[in-house]
Amino acid sequence: MEYFIQQLVNGITLGSIYGLIAIGYTMVYGIIGMINFAHGDIFMIGAFVALISFIIFGLTGVALPIILLLVLLIAMLFTACYGWTVEKLAYKPLRGSFRLAPLISALGMSIVLQNYVQVSQGARVKPMQPLFSGGLEFFKNSEFIVTVSYLQIFIVVLTVILMGIFTYLITKTDLGRAQRACEQDRTMTALLGINVDRTISITFIIGSSLASVAGMMFVLYYGVIDFYIGFLAGIKAFTAAVLGGIGSLPGAMLGGLLIGLIETFWAGYVSLEYKDVAAFSVLIVVLIFFPTGFLGKPDIEKV
Amino acid sequence: MEKKDIIQSFKDSLFTGLIALALFGPIVGLRTVSKGEGLFITPQWGVVFLLVGLCILGRFLININSARRTEFKIFSTLSSKFSSITEDKAKHFAITGILFAVVFPFLPFTDRYFMDVAIMILTYIMLGWGLNIVVGLAGLLDLGYVAFYAVGAYSYALIATTFGWSFWICLPLAGVFAAFFGILLGFPVLRLRGDYLAIVTLGFGEIIRIILINWYEVTNGPDGITGIPRPSFFGLPFKRSPDEGETSFHLFFNLEYSTMHRIIFLYYLILVLALITNYFTLKIRKLPVGRAWEALREDEIACKSLGVNPTNTKLTAFAIGAMFGGFAGSFFATRQAFISPESFTFIESAIIVAIVVLGGMGSQTGVVLASIFLIGITEMFRDLEQFRMIAFGGAMVLIMVFKPKGILANRKPTILMHGDKK
Repeated sequence: MEYFIQQLVNGITLGSIYGLIAIGYTMVYGIIGMINFAHGDIFMIGAFVALISFIIFGLTGVALPIILLLVLLIAMLFTACYGWTVEKLAYKPLRGSFRLAPLISALGMSIVLQNYVQVSQGARVKPMQPLFSGGLEFFKNSEFIVTVSYLQIFIVVLTVILMGIFTYLITKTDLGRAQRACEQDRTMTALLGINVDRTISITFIIGSSLASVAGMMFVLYYGVIDFYIGFLAGIKAFTAAVLGGIGSLPGAMLGGLLIGLIETFWAGYVSLEYKDVAAFSVLIVVLIFFPTGFLGKPDIEKV
Repeated sequence: MEKKDIIQSFKDSLFTGLIALALFGPIVGLRTVSKGEGLFITPQWGVVFLLVGLCILGRFLININSARRTEFKIFSTLSSKFSSITEDKAKHFAITGILFAVVFPFLPFTDRYFMDVAIMILTYIMLGWGLNIVVGLAGLLDLGYVAFYAVGAYSYALIATTFGWSFWICLPLAGVFAAFFGILLGFPVLRLRGDYLAIVTLGFGEIIRIILINWYEVTNGPDGITGIPRPSFFGLPFKRSPDEGETSFHLFFNLEYSTMHRIIFLYYLILVLALITNYFTLKIRKLPVGRAWEALREDEIACKSLGVNPTNTKLTAFAIGAMFGGFAGSFFATRQAFISPESFTFIESAIIVAIVVLGGMGSQTGVVLASIFLIGITEMFRDLEQFRMIAFGGAMVLIMVFKPKGILANRKPTILMHGDKK
């Protein structure tokens, strides 16, 4: 039982990270109907920017909460630039092209980003000293002590806050309204005087900043990153987006949590080696039985 | 061009420079280096300023050019000429190409290195033609093609090392296994839409690789399988000193022993396998199932209303593509005599997809050109390993942006109603 609760806590933490990346996939899919294959690598870039700023601020000796806030903002800003540029260079010229063109372009972009970071930052793994230590302990008189570290609390609380801000942004502001309008009918939205290109750019910026937050959490949580982390994390986050119903924002968060839980429980109870297989198998099974995911809208094909 | 325009494009270039600074500043400018216990930062501002400068200059030149609208016109007329030339003379090109490939091993400048590169290029051509059935004809984007390549290689290696059967028995078996895996994967996922399919096949490729790494008892894990039997020339092995009661190739034909014999044999083997793939594809395009593939690629809904079963039709394309991948895999295993999961990573799938897309989906000649181009370039820049992949990914993006249909676009349906009218 204690072991179960520990896995639950770990799963929710991991799920928060996946959920934040999944939002980027689902938003882009909702608005322009493509899978942004390079999104996982944007997350990786976010992790690197966070790592670099942690090292710089780590030398100054500022208090931890200020460092965290600064790193968060810096990572979001610089990673958003990457998201924006990738969209401008690789996807915007392909709007209106045949379906597979943006996907292949995204694939190329993903290869470029990965190797670009490999060249500029080196291929070796980057370890970082842990910034957080300690945590709350439960069930102290049982055999297995459940530990909820402060870092885990930080990750979950930050995710909840960001989700709150984000939901407000999408449901209540003009920007969110424009975005949802673009999802429904891009031509009509343009006719009504909304700058569609700008709205799509902002979508990429928001998605990338959320991915960079996930990247920062990843650095803190695992303490080790390399240029290749974006590939697996990206695929799992995409699985999460599909699981929750691609195009649906609460779905992305729900899917992220589910994938995080499935992965942790699989690793804890079944086998550690095959934990990545679990995520992919879930993807295949979900697509067969619920092609639209749990919270997705049914996909109606028009002639 | 007016003065206003120049000022405008200058401002625009400065903005580009600002963005470039934000992009390259942290990632290129602040290199993290492990020293002893921790990570430290080594600044590299020189490189950053160089890159930013290049971006500003490049943007400025593009701005000036696009004001005159010349550059892209030249590009598109050149490329359209190129494709019209090759399309007219595709047949001549094919015959010359095959003749050249046949005499290639006996040309005076051909040495061991050239032969190795040629074998590699032919392997990719064969994989490209195999995948072309799936991507080019049936229009299904398969990002996990390397899985079938791996299945073929491993089934060949396992059968050959366990039972000691000859290459010619194992080859079809490996193809059958790969096709079986294709059906196994295809059956549940082929009703998915294009981009979902791409991700699921990618996931499948990764699953196969993870299983190969972890299923130690059968696949020997990351260490791979060694001692895979080499192919023999219809029962005559390529050995310097054959075993008791065995005649080797050079003794039978009264030749001086040379390692080149085996290489040349492997070269012809893959050439024949690749040409079989090509011949098969060209023929099946004219059969009902080939027509159905092309029709499905163009319009799935129309096909459904005409009574074509999309899942079964796609499944045949998937299985046949997988089978050729399996053949190529067993060739790879017998050539290397050693295989490990390292050889079957996602990047291999990406290279094969890039060859098909770059060549122009559906174009058989395009696959050849793209393989020679990509693998040849790769060989030339062997020392610049990492930059090579950046260039590779960049080329994928650029080709999609400027010529979304590939170098030799061949999306023309094989047959049209009312003849040649457009």
